[in-house]
Amino acid sequence: MTIEFEAPKPVVQMQTVLQTVAENMMRPVSREFDENEHSIPWSYIEFMHTAMKSMGGGNGLTPREDKPKEGAEKRPPIGYQLLAAQIEMLAWGDVGFYLITPGGGLGGAAVQAAGTPEQRAKFLARFAEEKPTYAAMCMTEAGAGSDTSAIRTKAVLDESTNEWVINGEKIFVTGGDKSFNAYEQLGKGFIVVWASIDPTAGRAGMRAFVVESGTPGVKVTKLEHKMGIRASDTAAISLVDARVPFDHILGSPTVEKTTTGFKGAMATFDATRPLVAASGIGVARAALEFLKEKLAENGVQIRYGLPRNKLTSVERDVIDMEIMVKSAWLMVLKAVWMADNKKPNALESSMSKVRAGDVTTKVTQKAVEILGPLGYSREFLLEKWFRDAKITDIYEGTGQINRLVVARQILGYSGSELR
Amino acid sequence: MYSFEPNEEQQMLVDAVGKYAANDLRPAAHEAEESRELPKKLIGKGWEIGLLQASTPEAYGGFGERSAVTGALAVEEMAFGDLAGAYAVMTPSLFATPILLAGSEEQKKQYLPEVVGGDWRPYTAALIEFAFDFDANALRTSATLDGGEYVLNGEKAYVPFAKGAEAILVYANLDGQTQGFIVPKDAAGLTVSEEREKLLGLNALPLYRVKLDGVKVPVSNRLGGEAGHDFEPILASMRVASASAALGVARASLEYATNYAKERQAFGVKIAQKQAVAFMLAEMATEIEAIRLLTWEAAWKLDTGKADAATEAYLAATGAADMAMMVTDRGVQVLGGHGYIREHPVEMFMRNGRGFAMLTGLAIV
Ligand SMILES: Cc1cc2nc3c(=O)[nH]c(=O)nc-3n(C[C@H](O)[C@H](O)[C@H](O)COP(=O)(O)OP(=O)(O)OC[C@H]3O[C@@H](n4cnc5c(N)ncnc54)[C@H](O)[C@@H]3O)c2cc1C
Repeated sequence: MTIEFEAPKPVVQMQTVLQTVAENMMRPVSREFDENEHSIPWSYIEFMHTAMKSMGGGNGLTPREDKPKEGAEKRPPIGYQLLAAQIEMLAWGDVGFYLITPGGGLGGAAVQAAGTPEQRAKFLARFAEEKPTYAAMCMTEAGAGSDTSAIRTKAVLDESTNEWVINGEKIFVTGGDKSFNAYEQLGKGFIVVWASIDPTAGRAGMRAFVVESGTPGVKVTKLEHKMGIRASDTAAISLVDARVPFDHILGSPTVEKTTTGFKGAMATFDATRPLVAASGIGVARAALEFLKEKLAENGVQIRYGLPRNKLTSVERDVIDMEIMVKSAWLMVLKAVWMADNKKPNALESSMSKVRAGDVTTKVTQKAVEILGPLGYSREFLLEKWFRDAKITDIYEGTGQINRLVVARQILGYSGSELR
Repeated sequence: MYSFEPNEEQQMLVDAVGKYAANDLRPAAHEAEESRELPKKLIGKGWEIGLLQASTPEAYGGFGERSAVTGALAVEEMAFGDLAGAYAVMTPSLFATPILLAGSEEQKKQYLPEVVGGDWRPYTAALIEFAFDFDANALRTSATLDGGEYVLNGEKAYVPFAKGAEAILVYANLDGQTQGFIVPKDAAGLTVSEEREKLLGLNALPLYRVKLDGVKVPVSNRLGGEAGHDFEPILASMRVASASAALGVARASLEYATNYAKERQAFGVKIAQKQAVAFMLAEMATEIEAIRLLTWEAAWKLDTGKADAATEAYLAATGAADMAMMVTDRGVQVLGGHGYIREHPVEMFMRNGRGFAMLTGLAIV
């Protein structure tokens, strides 16, 4: 091992390509889809699906086991690093669009993390098919947000048909509409629903189930109206006696006296938190670059190298913002590098999310402030990025929840020792 | 590739420095700060680890190549033990490393074997000046060429071990550029203050004012020789060292506060079980990790000669100054009233923590 910061070539190439996508396919229509909530940018979706397929991916934004070409020098895996770089750049274009980039999303990630090899093969193949296809993850309920152990959704095994019968109400499902509802333009997706198979068992009874698009008894009941990321659909989904085949359960079908079910969910988070952090950092970088551009247009140059007390207040702010964005990105890189190298990264993963939540909100807020009436105006995208940014500190574990995870890690505490 | 783990050689060095920091520097830190004195033996033991020796090529009396990344790792570890002790051990680097980086062949041959070869001896450097708007790139101390000699005028502050120093590398303003000049101990016009600096922190480290009143040095004593040198990489290396030292002090504070919070009982639980305390610790850890990665990246850019290395080093040092203040402040806060009592080290960490905003130039990687 060594300490090195040279971006791997595939990462750099990917960034170059996606920057073009961001500049041409996202930025020009960002405003339009922000103002017309719940309308769908099909041209972006179809373009991305085709582009990703032709680039040999076609699995959407999921980490790939990259197979080095024959005869090529063996190099360490970079699947998650590549993914984080992709996400950062797409979010730099438009984080709402990034969230509707076709693929498995959080639903696919859950299958990847908690499913058996057979389940992975069965459920994940569809993302490489002809049409753009989605999957979503349903954990949150009206009465259970941060406290995931409070979910009420139940799954009961009907032994006569060997099916799970699921009942419950899920909310705030990112991509729930595109994953579950039938669209002519889309392939058949699925949602991953977290439910309890034994309400007396608490976390040990929690399991995830793959619920195919169109399953009877399941309905998207609402699409939320949001502060930002409006291109991304956020759905409420109700499940009434929804039946799914026995082998759609991710993890063991029996309740042991352990919390492996819940650990499955947590394993998903270790993988996805740095990626959500990456998406926030893309927004922050966009805001910072826009700010510097506008300042430069107005003759304000940042004098790096000067002692702080000789800098103007604006220069100090910009320098601080740069420190924040750069260091936050490095934390993401370290967390995904650990994931790629199969090192346990619960601490680094949550730290990167804490930092990104802070940095993304602070940087966008400050940029709007510094640019005054320009910052506040809807003539520019900056005010939109301010709205888009805030979600980074909320989903995939709020800033507070991730602080809890970090604190437990450094203190060596369990969940019951530090609540 | 991205990669975030020290190599084997670096890890061995970090372990060696870490042992010295924990077993020697830390236990001596309180007494040293109170008595304003660092035991000679303590410094000697740190010197024997051979940080400077290992980054000086064989041709000049050492046994290795300099790496800013390795330096950053070592400085953090050393400062984790005690900042004053760390700076003392590494003071000869302030003189030798710029020569290594920017000196002429003649200067390298003349000085490096002598500095590196034997026991720790006070070779030092003078950069900082006593002015609120001190700027390493706009020094008040001047150098002028006069009849084949450079004449130095001005006053330097915070010069470690200036009293009794064998030689001082003095930075001065030559036509708007910061340039180093090697000033021998007996140079006419050179006066070292009788009294030491009295500071908010770092009391164990002997720091002095140095007056230069028409001090004359031959052209060959200009760092890099007649053609001079680029100051930017030297300043960048100082900034990386400052950031690394800040990380060490901050980590010391976090570690102490964490251990304390797991022992201290209040309202029927350990205080670490209260979110208000646990979140402080989580934020301290996050902040440290963020700045560490930024510092490593700057160091790596110095080693690989990236064009933006100096800017990165500036960002790392600037971020580190804030980080150190924030973390060490909270270190005291976690201990409450006990943190304010000098028996616990966190108040010293906090006083030392404030210094990174103004004390670039006391260490170099
Ligand atoms: C746009 C959007 C998309 C989303 N996408 C998805 C998705 O795809 N799938 C999904 O399952 N969910 C999704 N969510 C839900 C999201 O993860 C939750 O909103 C989030 O976890 C917080 O839960 P909550 O809203 O119920 O807030 P609460 O849990 O009620 O929290 C309220 C406040 O209390 C704080 N708090 C809660 N518990 C603690 C504690 N123990 N210690 C200290 N502070 C605490 C929180 O930090 C927060 O500040 C999405 C939400 C939004 C807004």
